[in-house]
Amino acid sequence: MTQPLLTTSGLSRDFGGLRAVDNADFSLMPGEIRAIIGPNGAGKTTFVGLVCGRILPSSGTINFVGADITTLPAYRRVRLGIAYTFQVTSVFANLSAYDNVALSVQRTLTDGRSRGAVRTGAMKALEQVGLADRAGTPAGQLAYGHQRLLEVAMGLALQPRLLILDEPTQGLSDGEIEGFVALIREIARDATVLIIEHNMPVVMQLAHRITVFDVGRIIAEGDPAEIRANAQVQEAYLGAAHG
Amino acid sequence: MTEASTARVYGLHAAVVAVLFALNFLLPDYHHGLFARILVLATFAMGYNLLFGYAGLLSLGHAMFFAAGLYGSGLAITYLGFGVPAAFIAGLVCGALLALVVGLLALRTSGVAFMIVTMMFAQALLLTIVYFNQWTGGDQGLVLQQASRIVTIGNASVDLTVPTVRYVAALVLFAVVLFATLAIVRSRFGRVLVAIRENEERTRMLGYDTFANKLAAIVLSGVFCAAAGAAYALLFGYVGSNFASVQYSILPLLWVLAGGAATTLGPLIGTLFIYYVTDIASSYTSAWLLIVGVALILLVLFAPKGILGAVRKRWIRWLP
Amino acid sequence: MAFGPHLLLATLEGLVTAAVLALTALGLSLVFGVMRIVNVAHGEFFMLGAVLAWAVATALGTHPALGFVAALIVAPLVVGSVALLSERLVLRRLNYDPEATIVATIGLLYIIQQLALSFYGPEARPVTPPFSYRVLLPWFGYSGYKLSVIAASALLLIATWLVLTRTKIGLVMRATQYDREMAQAFAIPVERVYAGVFALGAMLAATAAVLIVPISQAHYLMGQDPLLLSFIVVIIGGLGSLRGTVVAALLIGLSDGIISMFFSPTLAKLIATLAVAMVLVFRPQGLFGTTAR
Repeated sequence: MTQPLLTTSGLSRDFGGLRAVDNADFSLMPGEIRAIIGPNGAGKTTFVGLVCGRILPSSGTINFVGADITTLPAYRRVRLGIAYTFQVTSVFANLSAYDNVALSVQRTLTDGRSRGAVRTGAMKALEQVGLADRAGTPAGQLAYGHQRLLEVAMGLALQPRLLILDEPTQGLSDGEIEGFVALIREIARDATVLIIEHNMPVVMQLAHRITVFDVGRIIAEGDPAEIRANAQVQEAYLGAAHG
Repeated sequence: MTEASTARVYGLHAAVVAVLFALNFLLPDYHHGLFARILVLATFAMGYNLLFGYAGLLSLGHAMFFAAGLYGSGLAITYLGFGVPAAFIAGLVCGALLALVVGLLALRTSGVAFMIVTMMFAQALLLTIVYFNQWTGGDQGLVLQQASRIVTIGNASVDLTVPTVRYVAALVLFAVVLFATLAIVRSRFGRVLVAIRENEERTRMLGYDTFANKLAAIVLSGVFCAAAGAAYALLFGYVGSNFASVQYSILPLLWVLAGGAATTLGPLIGTLFIYYVTDIASSYTSAWLLIVGVALILLVLFAPKGILGAVRKRWIRWLP
Repeated sequence: MAFGPHLLLATLEGLVTAAVLALTALGLSLVFGVMRIVNVAHGEFFMLGAVLAWAVATALGTHPALGFVAALIVAPLVVGSVALLSERLVLRRLNYDPEATIVATIGLLYIIQQLALSFYGPEARPVTPPFSYRVLLPWFGYSGYKLSVIAASALLLIATWLVLTRTKIGLVMRATQYDREMAQAFAIPVERVYAGVFALGAMLAATAAVLIVPISQAHYLMGQDPLLLSFIVVIIGGLGSLRGTVVAALLIGLSDGIISMFFSPTLAKLIATLAVAMVLVFRPQGLFGTTAR
């Protein structure tokens, strides 16, 4: 049996008196597309924040490819192959799209010398998301949908083993979402994908497995059909406003 | 980053240095002396710009790095009998060490706290200089004898007190730091610094150790400023505690804001502009502090990007 | 003099420093707490208060007490108006951006300093105390005026505290401090609150200066030390905390008085400066403060 890429055990995080993530035991196999769903404030973003190191846990452990990364600073986790794309688009608005991606590429290069390698890598990532013709445009002047794509390209260019996407389709049009789903599928051929998503059709199309959070706890996990059939999930989430 | 733009950028900077060299033969005495001083102070401003303009860290204590170079080389000459090159290096080492220590401590803070902490450290250095006035000369300062400011290489000797020599030495320092800055800001490290300025959290989540990068920026900035300080001591022969005062932490900020933060030539333009404005103003009024004050307020209100910042925005997009 | 009385004298001197410092620092702290900006020109408002006190007292030229009382009313009002004007003309236009306002208030510092130098001159000038009663202690006589400074400043601090905690104005200020946008939503005129707070902060500094000027003379560079010390107090006390500010002012004032009496004043300042830098680095919320939001 293959080893899980990522496991968390007993992972918790308190904010003051509030327990945002409560005793989460979670594991993710390599090559999977996993979706995390749950009502607003269920602790999804805090949970992935703990995984990628933006927030430190109050208790519990995180394991990535067999190594304990619980106390590792965020940038070291990125270097191990955990990439995170932000929920609120946070591209470098005053830098060109090319420079945005080049920042990712130059970090992954080990030889550290060749200017050509940065260029090749950056253009490849831009092509993959369809932004190659916008390379010179300052990121802040791109259309909103293109900024989201650039954000993904920056994650991609890090050549991650685990790509975490936090609500990537928020604010995109239906046409853009369609392209997005295809893009994620393509990415998943090389990397494991962990995606927080509200858009149920996207989740049902993409995810191999789904984890459901409610008030900080994992309340269910299974393939899309199982989750659809789960009464507890329907009550907590699907039955609610999000339908 | 094409070949053509690289050639264009380096060509422009080489041309600026060439013009400054030509001015050595053209300027009348008074302006010749003023320009030598401006070149050294512009080097100070370039060091400040690296941290403030590119890495986005606003320090209110950079006088301490200038003073570290100034006193490092001045005291080494006065008490240890160092020659000019050794004294210059002593100044650089002092600046680098001070920047390292200050960086390690001050970078634990950010924003307003960073400004106040850097100001406090600079104040502590000033008080230290005043406290040890037996050696530093306190407010009075120290004058370096002409004999100690002559570089002997083999049989040839270069006298730094001769105006032309002084001008060319200042220009060499300026040119070295200018091209070093240019190389840094066009490098990958430069791109990371700008990324940190724009969005530190995002940069961290691209796998960069932002603390280490900011520390490197502070040390480089400190070394550049110390180089300017050491050169000031050696070229003008005076070491005084007013160079460690708050005023000399504010001036580089003013010069950089005026010329354009995060532009390689902005510090030169800004220093030149402010220096001449105060020089001209001071021939009419002794109230030059007023000019500085009004200039600061007008700049933040109406030209937050400075002279070259505005030029880059309107006309010459490729300006580094 | 024996060690005991010497220490008592140092403590009294320290209390005077602490009293004036607490008022000045409170002004800085209010401005930072409510508006989230650092006013580097705060020390110049202090200096302006002292210079105006001299000007008013000299212009009236009557009985010292009358001149002093007039100064105590006029100087803070004039300084408050200057602050109001600079808030309107500069800070508001910068939208209270923290870094831009620092640069702008540095500019303001230079302008005020230069105007004082041009119109008032480089001399240090005394103001006659309103009364010259000496309190006779068994070991030495002590200026009754200095003791009254301590009392006056304590009264002013209590008054400010009452305004902040018990009145509608205080409530409005605290609401603005807590959440600017929320305050706006509750129809609090945030801009007017900001202008008022900035003027009030300057007036506190000016009042402190009027109180101290019969003891230490007016000089155009006298704003530097209060600024630095106020920073120190505000940082140690925790930004925006009134109780912390008073405690820290006592701590700094007393230790400054005592250390300067027994050691070199430069060394005292050096140690205090480094200590504060370290506090800011390792305990940014201050020694007593709760975390600033």
